[in-house]
Amino acid sequence: MAHSTQPIRPIHFLLGGSAFALLLLLTLGTVGALWWRAEITSSLSPADWSAIRFTILQALASAVISILIAIPTARALARRNFRGRKFILTLMGAPFILPAIVAVLGILAVWGRSGYISDLIASFGLGPLNIYGFGGVVLAHVFFNIPLATRLLVQGWSAIPVEHFRLSAQLGMNTNDIVRHLERPMLRAVVPGAFLLIFLLCISSFAVALALGGGPKATTIELAIYQAIRFDFNLAKASQLAMIQFTLCAAIGAVTILIAQPMHFSKGLDRKSERWDGRETRYRVIDTLVLTLVCLFLFLPLASVLIRGFIPLFTLPITVWVAAFNSVTVAVLSAILSVCMSIAMSAFMIRIARKRKTVSQVMEVVGFLTLAASPFVIGTGLFVMTFPFVSPFAIALPITALVNAAMSLPFSLRVILPAMTRAEDNYGRLADSLGMRTWSRFRLAIWPRLKRPVGFSAGLAAALSMGDLGVITLFAPPDVATLPLMMYRMMSTYQLGAAAGVALLLVTLSVALFWIFDQGGRLEHNVR
Amino acid sequence: MSITLDNIELSHGSFTLSADFKIEEGHKIALLGPSGGGKSTLLSAIAGFKAPDQGRILYNETDITNTPPAERPIALLFQDHNLFPHLSVEKNIALGLHPNLRLSDAEHEIVQDALRRVGLNNQGKKIPAELSGGQQQRVALARCLLRDRPVLCLDEPFAALGPALKHEMLDLVAEIVDGSNATLLMVTHQPEDAAYITDQTVLIADGQAHPPKDTAELLANPPIALARYLGT
Amino acid sequence: MTKFITLAAGLTLALATTAHAQDKPELIVYTYDSFVSDWGPGPSVEQAFEETCECDLKLIGAGDGAALLTRIQLEGSRTDADIVLGLDTNLTERAAATGLFAPYANNPIALDVPTEWTDTTFLPYDWGYFAFVYDNTKLKNVPTSFETMIAMPDDFKIVIQDPRSSTPGLGLLLWVKEAYGDRAPEIWAGLAPKILTVTKGWSEAYGMFTAGEADMVLSYTTSPAYHIIAEDDKTKSAASFTEGHYMQIEVAGKLAASDQPELADAFLDFMTSEGFQSIIPTTNWMYPAVFPSDGLPAGFEQLITPIDSLIIPADKAQQARDKALAEWLTALSR
Repeated sequence: MAHSTQPIRPIHFLLGGSAFALLLLLTLGTVGALWWRAEITSSLSPADWSAIRFTILQALASAVISILIAIPTARALARRNFRGRKFILTLMGAPFILPAIVAVLGILAVWGRSGYISDLIASFGLGPLNIYGFGGVVLAHVFFNIPLATRLLVQGWSAIPVEHFRLSAQLGMNTNDIVRHLERPMLRAVVPGAFLLIFLLCISSFAVALALGGGPKATTIELAIYQAIRFDFNLAKASQLAMIQFTLCAAIGAVTILIAQPMHFSKGLDRKSERWDGRETRYRVIDTLVLTLVCLFLFLPLASVLIRGFIPLFTLPITVWVAAFNSVTVAVLSAILSVCMSIAMSAFMIRIARKRKTVSQVMEVVGFLTLAASPFVIGTGLFVMTFPFVSPFAIALPITALVNAAMSLPFSLRVILPAMTRAEDNYGRLADSLGMRTWSRFRLAIWPRLKRPVGFSAGLAAALSMGDLGVITLFAPPDVATLPLMMYRMMSTYQLGAAAGVALLLVTLSVALFWIFDQGGRLEHNVR
Repeated sequence: MSITLDNIELSHGSFTLSADFKIEEGHKIALLGPSGGGKSTLLSAIAGFKAPDQGRILYNETDITNTPPAERPIALLFQDHNLFPHLSVEKNIALGLHPNLRLSDAEHEIVQDALRRVGLNNQGKKIPAELSGGQQQRVALARCLLRDRPVLCLDEPFAALGPALKHEMLDLVAEIVDGSNATLLMVTHQPEDAAYITDQTVLIADGQAHPPKDTAELLANPPIALARYLGT
Repeated sequence: MTKFITLAAGLTLALATTAHAQDKPELIVYTYDSFVSDWGPGPSVEQAFEETCECDLKLIGAGDGAALLTRIQLEGSRTDADIVLGLDTNLTERAAATGLFAPYANNPIALDVPTEWTDTTFLPYDWGYFAFVYDNTKLKNVPTSFETMIAMPDDFKIVIQDPRSSTPGLGLLLWVKEAYGDRAPEIWAGLAPKILTVTKGWSEAYGMFTAGEADMVLSYTTSPAYHIIAEDDKTKSAASFTEGHYMQIEVAGKLAASDQPELADAFLDFMTSEGFQSIIPTTNWMYPAVFPSDGLPAGFEQLITPIDSLIIPADKAQQARDKALAEWLTALSR
């Protein structure tokens, strides 16, 4: 029997396998480390179970609403072309990367009891808006996640080759037909993964749920883990809760991956994207309305961050700029790591899938695991693992980069894996027939097709890393700080104005990093 | 040189295709038959992209059933996607010489030469999307030139071209094949194409790939399967 | 990038060579983040101590009070730390139980904390009272006790912190418990509708308060001092409660595994001396454990003085906390 066209070479095993091993170490390994280090054992209390219930409900609601709003938004963005479209797409990344506390204060500036909307409705004699509770938590989560969902869906749209749109236009398909024949299959492929991503993000939410939840009824599993580690030093309970969180997420992950169907659109020729649908006024109005509302929803809180932080920005001490440098360094390192790991894992998974499909599906679920992981558990577990051997200060920056890379891996995988699969499907045979081998095959045939998703993932990883406050607190040496750490320190010493300035700096740098990487991926990738 | 299909059985969709014949050097052979009959599948098997369920493929007397595609003595033109869209014409052609695109100066000259031979002199820096369908296939042919393999396999590469252009391309193919003394295997579902340049035809119909027969004779006195297909 | 790895590695090397004889011995103090912040006491303390000790003082921020203790527990006896500064009396029982701390050597000079100090392991460096802070230009009808707070109109809202993740939150919990004993569940049930939200930490709550979300926030009686002195802003005041106010006494302790025990003791002495204590009021915004000879800074006299100082003794704090927490959860989960 002749071999199939993609043999699994040792290098695939080596690189892909190590990436997986690392992931497992960071997620399940750290839970194990906590369990091993635990000094007392315990079981879960009723309060813990109600935390689990609340966590699931708010995550479900947030994910569903985010996707429902993202669908028309993405549709509008995909078929309209206007000045500033790219800018909006990039800026949409901002809410996602905001540190929780900054986002909460921004949201409250609009939706809080003393926010814009309350002031507005006060003139009609209506009482101040009170969003605290389940609603507030879902609102904040939707704020964080609409941009991500929209972005994923827009990518789904752009994966439909332009030739299909030409065909539809030529066949006289009206906008509704396009929805049916082109959009639905795309949604079927993209939505399950997007839903899963958002669901997992909301599951492991912490500060948001607490600040806007109104009280202990709004406790999440993360808070329970935090309490177990910090206030009780009950590492056993923390590991139990972390395992429950994993199991929950793995279960939902498995279901989602099974029902998601990959898109079966045939290959295009890289022609520039053009759309001929949605030209009627009716659709223009709807699209404009949707886009305006969503942009207002997302950008008003951001604007308040800008307003509050603008003036303090100019009087920040030099230590803040040093911290900014550190943050950016770690972010870039983290982005590179994340992309490399994704590519290694994708190459491995594509080849394994031809022999054993279930193995590759299991690996996809593992790829999502870091989303389900508690950052406290990861940080504490890593600390337990490394402290006996090396001083935490020496490895602070690399460890932070590594953990951030792992945390952004689910996003990277989500865009790089399909792109790589498409590249292999389309050009794998051609490369094989020309005798292109491992490195030149990757460099010449596959990599050029990956540049866009790589740019996006690198940007996202870098931006996420900028806002991280989890791991660094355990490992930070005395004179090395990152921006979020600086911001937190200011907030705890009444320096709210300065903190607002740092928050603005953080958001600006994060968005800038994202934009640079993302645009880099979009540069013409033709080799003449 | 010869290529032998020794009791090959290929699963193709819902049925199995059998083939058991020998291809001799220097012939231009058409693989002719109705759509869905398995022509492309057979070509894939010969080129190494599909494993036969049964049987062996031999080159001269060596068993190449398990040899990777690039190591077979075959240059293959697919139905589409013969070019990397992000590489220039020159680089696409240069891949025929070195898969890692590291060429010496002499080799660069060879590439330019190939460009000239297929009539695309100054188009080297263009990317495929900037060329017409016919020009793209010429670039692919230029690359096949450089690969200089004993067997050239074409999988309906000119199906989308108009008659005049198609004849031009077929002439070019004939020229290349004659010039390098290669053997041609061309999948087509147009008997006119077979008549135009091939001297032998393998009829593929009803799950059977028949041994090569003289093209003119076959078309003049088609067996029942072919007659049905031709409409005579 | 490599520059920073080298820098960090270099720092580590400097830190890690405590075993070797050096020109300057190192004293490593784990404390909370706001202490080491540029606006906190850290920089001045470091400078002042290094002048007298001929040593290298390293202040390391490790989160907040509870995080501090967790960090030490994680590191165990292998820790490089010599001193832990920033626990409060609610945590000292648990800290002592770890067996990682050693008693301080010298008897402290007279302390100005409102209770008698009997702990031989931990030494206080500052203290304060928890109180609800409000904007005196916006809130006219100011509650004077928990009971009057419960009787406030429906649109009156307070923001508090979660006792499970915040030391002020825990302080409030114990305050209600100590003041009302068995009536605590009743008080919490009455307060529940007034609680706008419960935040993870003091920063979030105070931020929400200054943004105008709530009428009152749980903070310290000394919070207005910051606004008066640093911002020349007299709009913030603390409400004085008839039940009295619960105290937070912050302490430092020496680690048994320290490789610089004499230096550690010297630091603890320094900590209760004028050099350290004079820095505290306008950087940590708490009352110093030893009042400076020329009194507190101007502005502090405008702060309220509680009628009564409440505190649960350190050895009973853990137990009281568990019971109070259960009651709190029940009342607020309704």
